[in-house]
Amino acid sequence: MRRLLLAGMLLLAPVAAQAKLPADPLASPMWQRLGGTLFGDDTVRFDDRVKVVFPGIAEDQHSFPVSVDARGIKGVRRIILFADLNPIPLAVDFTPEGAQPFLATRIKLDQRTPVRAAVQLEDGSWLVSGGWIDAAGGGCSAPPASRVKGDWAEHLGEVRGVALRGGDGTHVRLAFRHPMDTGFVANIPTYNLQDVALTGAGGKHYGTMRIEASVAEDPSITVITDAAVGEDIVLRGSDTNGIRYDGSIAVRAAPADAAVAAR
Amino acid sequence: MIGRRAVLAGLAGAAAAPAFAQPLAYRIMPEPVAAGLWVVRGADAPIAMANGGAIANITILATDAGTVLIDCGPSLRYGKALKAAAETLTGKPVVRVYLTHLHPDHVYGAAAFAPAVLAATPQLATLLKSEGPGFSDGMYRLLGDWMRGTEFTAPGTILSADSETFGTRRLRLLPLTGHSPADLAILDEATGTLIAGDLVFHDRAPSTPHADLAKWRAALTTLKALGHTRVVPGHGPIDPTPNAAIDQTRDWLDWVETTLRAAVAAGEDNVAAGNTPIPPRFGAMQAARYELQRSVSHLYPALEAELLPRIDTR
Repeated sequence: MRRLLLAGMLLLAPVAAQAKLPADPLASPMWQRLGGTLFGDDTVRFDDRVKVVFPGIAEDQHSFPVSVDARGIKGVRRIILFADLNPIPLAVDFTPEGAQPFLATRIKLDQRTPVRAAVQLEDGSWLVSGGWIDAAGGGCSAPPASRVKGDWAEHLGEVRGVALRGGDGTHVRLAFRHPMDTGFVANIPTYNLQDVALTGAGGKHYGTMRIEASVAEDPSITVITDAAVGEDIVLRGSDTNGIRYDGSIAVRAAPADAAVAAR
Repeated sequence: MIGRRAVLAGLAGAAAAPAFAQPLAYRIMPEPVAAGLWVVRGADAPIAMANGGAIANITILATDAGTVLIDCGPSLRYGKALKAAAETLTGKPVVRVYLTHLHPDHVYGAAAFAPAVLAATPQLATLLKSEGPGFSDGMYRLLGDWMRGTEFTAPGTILSADSETFGTRRLRLLPLTGHSPADLAILDEATGTLIAGDLVFHDRAPSTPHADLAKWRAALTTLKALGHTRVVPGHGPIDPTPNAAIDQTRDWLDWVETTLRAAVAAGEDNVAAGNTPIPPRFGAMQAARYELQRSVSHLYPALEAELLPRIDTR
């Protein structure tokens, strides 16, 4: 009886508070509230051309790979990646500038949640897509492996990477060493890699991103640029304590026999 | 409270009522493989509510000295059902349960047996002490009531000899590593049957959460030289030949490693690597995509650390 009453109240309750947000196809309990926070008064639409791709299983809730591919959409000026039910929902806020509208990284999952991306067009409106993923709890509230091991401080500032020119552009893969503390573990405050910017020849911008602590420990990031073979891509990065993550990669031609074909 | 629940059940409809009354029950169906040797086939699928976690193959051996089991399933409920079915089948009590490795789909049924009956190599016993209880949360989350009452139970017998004999049946014990840090394969000399644990998969993609691929390949080389006639894999159908499943397992591991190394070298992200097309020769393999994506999670970070150069100015 109580359940029936509650259901009735929900049906009758006004939902006009966020009138501009369309109904959520994923029926997330956080959609209205999160949508209001992330998009304000901007127009929001759901659009499957925003391809949010992730594995069918969250094998490791501390490190769940996601890629966002909006290359089928013209005029993308910003991409945000978020997980509704994470305590830190936003993971990455990416402004591609001269890079293609594509982003891949690994995030933490604190429970079963929608994982989504939204891309903002030139007119300020947003296109949203995503899906649910089941996950064991605690991805955001377990200590990072490098904290357990104790060697996190020795590797701050380290970045590995490669930039390969292939059929669909130059894939720039960056693998940072950082504990990415969420602030939810044993009185260790939030501490994360925060700003990453890439530039190419002549100062051409290949994207800037703001990274939150919900990105997995030892963040890995892939972007796709139009950089030419031989061009130097310069990385400028910093964390929330001002530790620098600077470096550079010379673009090479992708090996012809690469087993993984361009998507 | 009772009233409200009854009302809710009523609302759900008469058809749903039996679901409340029916306790979860595993169907243990031993299939004859060789003289005095049966296998209870696991579902060739990931651990899921639909299969109660009964995804591993369990071997039952009849001997004059009693019934021998190799692995015991995912839960207390499974272990109890297995014990009853095996003892009915052979007419003799279970005197030995070998644990092949630490993974819960193989050893969490141990709670149904007396500790002295449960046997593991020293390496596995040590590993289970630290890692064994840790699988509990994940198993309860995935399997819910199937797991009721299940607590991890440590083996009470540590295996030191390279064989054990029950009546006239001699079992050769082969401690190896590769699928996990402590694997046990067993050769039933009476029938030439190799019970390989998860060192061998068959038409079901191998899983790699604790794998060392180089050691796994070495273990497969060892197994291939045993002179056995058939193989009971840890997952998938029985291989009536000596080498088909062993070769397939190696082929998959080689392909996964080659593919992931190439993906890392090509700067591919984890999602793209996990979505690499599965070659047609693995077309009949169950759970191939699922296990490839798991393997990306297990193996990719170390490969990136190995293969990608430092680019920072630190």
